[in-house]
Amino acid sequence: MIQFLQNLIDAIALGSIYALVALGVGLLFGILRLINFAHGDFITIGAYALIVPSADVTARLLIGGWPWPVMIPMICLIVVIVALLADALVFRPLRRATSPTLMIASFAVSYIIQNGVLMAYGSRPKAVDLWSGANTQVLIGDLRVPMLQLITLAVTLVLMTALTLFLKRTAYGVQMRAAAEDFRMAQYLGVRGNVVIGIAFAISGILAGVVSLLYTTQSGSLSHTMGVPLALFAFVAVVVGGMGSLVGAVVGGFAIGLIVTMLQAYLPPELRAFRDAFAFGFVILMLLVRPAGLVPARSTFERV
Amino acid sequence: MGALVEVDGIHVRYGDLVALRDVSLSVAEGEVVCIIGPNGAGKSTALTAIAGGVAPYAGDIRVGGVSVLGLRPEQVARLGLSLVPEGRHIFGTLTVEENLRIGGYIQGDRAAAKADMERLLALFPRLAERLRYPAGRLSGGEQQMLAVARAVMTRPRLLLVDEPSLGLAPRIIDQIYEILLDLRQRAALTLLINEQSSNRILKHADRIYVLRGGRVQLEGPAADLRDGEAIRHAYFGFGEAPVAPLDAPA
Repeated sequence: MIQFLQNLIDAIALGSIYALVALGVGLLFGILRLINFAHGDFITIGAYALIVPSADVTARLLIGGWPWPVMIPMICLIVVIVALLADALVFRPLRRATSPTLMIASFAVSYIIQNGVLMAYGSRPKAVDLWSGANTQVLIGDLRVPMLQLITLAVTLVLMTALTLFLKRTAYGVQMRAAAEDFRMAQYLGVRGNVVIGIAFAISGILAGVVSLLYTTQSGSLSHTMGVPLALFAFVAVVVGGMGSLVGAVVGGFAIGLIVTMLQAYLPPELRAFRDAFAFGFVILMLLVRPAGLVPARSTFERV
Repeated sequence: MGALVEVDGIHVRYGDLVALRDVSLSVAEGEVVCIIGPNGAGKSTALTAIAGGVAPYAGDIRVGGVSVLGLRPEQVARLGLSLVPEGRHIFGTLTVEENLRIGGYIQGDRAAAKADMERLLALFPRLAERLRYPAGRLSGGEQQMLAVARAVMTRPRLLLVDEPSLGLAPRIIDQIYEILLDLRQRAALTLLINEQSSNRILKHADRIYVLRGGRVQLEGPAADLRDGEAIRHAYFGFGEAPVAPLDAPA
């Protein structure tokens, strides 16, 4: 029982990360019909911004050495700038393009960022010691919970609450929800399409920045492709949750976290190497049963 | 009085499909103008083009004498044109109140928008009762009212209304026209309305255009067309047509 609870906490912590990444992907999909594979590379940028650019194997902290109240906003700001640049230089000229075209463009952005990181930092993975104190364990009853998992969960709850309040209570939030449901109609009512899309990119950048910090603290290493599997799992989470629904993205994120963690814990050891194959098998099964996802969005494909 | 909107010989096509050929029309400040025509005549395309939703490949559209070609829909909206599209396009997951607020943001003045909303809700008691409902749960007639009210929240000079009576019961249609004409007085609105059938609109319109096959077949003051014979010819395109048939050589 204790073991199961322990696994459940692992699943929730991993699911939180996937949910945050999936929210970033889902937000842009909702409003722009863009499946942004470069989102993972936004995370990579945030992580590499922590250290001094050089090809040395041992990383020296740059922004990562600053006190956290300055460091966290700074990392988020850098990722937001990258996200806004990607919009201005690549996606804005493609506003009238179809969804598949946008997705291909996001692959291009992804490769450009990865190669930029390669040029500035070299190809070898780097060890980084960021907040290693957060990996100490806290005892809750008989459960041993890494501090970092509690932080991850708390941060996820705070960000989701903030995003919900933004979408429900602010003028731009309401306009964003309207634009996600019917972009053209929102424009007819005077909603500035490019402003709303820019805000969506900025929020997606903030989410990517926070994930880069949580993920780097946990893994303790950097590589120029570190964001790719995160984006892939998040994309699967968005599909499982229901394309175009933000609640769906969160639910999907936690579902994927749960599946991956439980397979890791309960698969026979000789099969554990194939964990991801089983995980994606599960995803296919889920989609066969609920093709529109766990929380289907209304009117996802009605946009003209 | 000068023309508020002038459409000057526009051609619009979607891929290979030609939707409008050399369509010209104008609406003067304070007028009620109606475009009638059968399904597929190009009525919706005409309104969409005026609202900036589709770009003509030839011709010009001017608002207050200035060309609006190349403007995005949100820029055209800021010139005082507001579209109530066919099929209403209510934001179904937003509440009724949020739908109305979307229209008000364009003013950039919260207090004024709030006052506008209160004045409008006095005209739409059904909406006032359902402010916190998801708009998708409203009936068709209520959604049409909401679409009109939402468009008026942008404080337009010209309201473009695309087939307001589509799919609604006659009693509801009468209510909607009553409200449109009432709003015209209160908010000094100019109206350009699309309809498939002419009998109701002839009472209210100042001028009428009949559109068929993407061309203007007939235009004139509603008072001159009341007997309906010329409209029938233009609309159906048979009998002694008052204009040349569609594919006649020029």
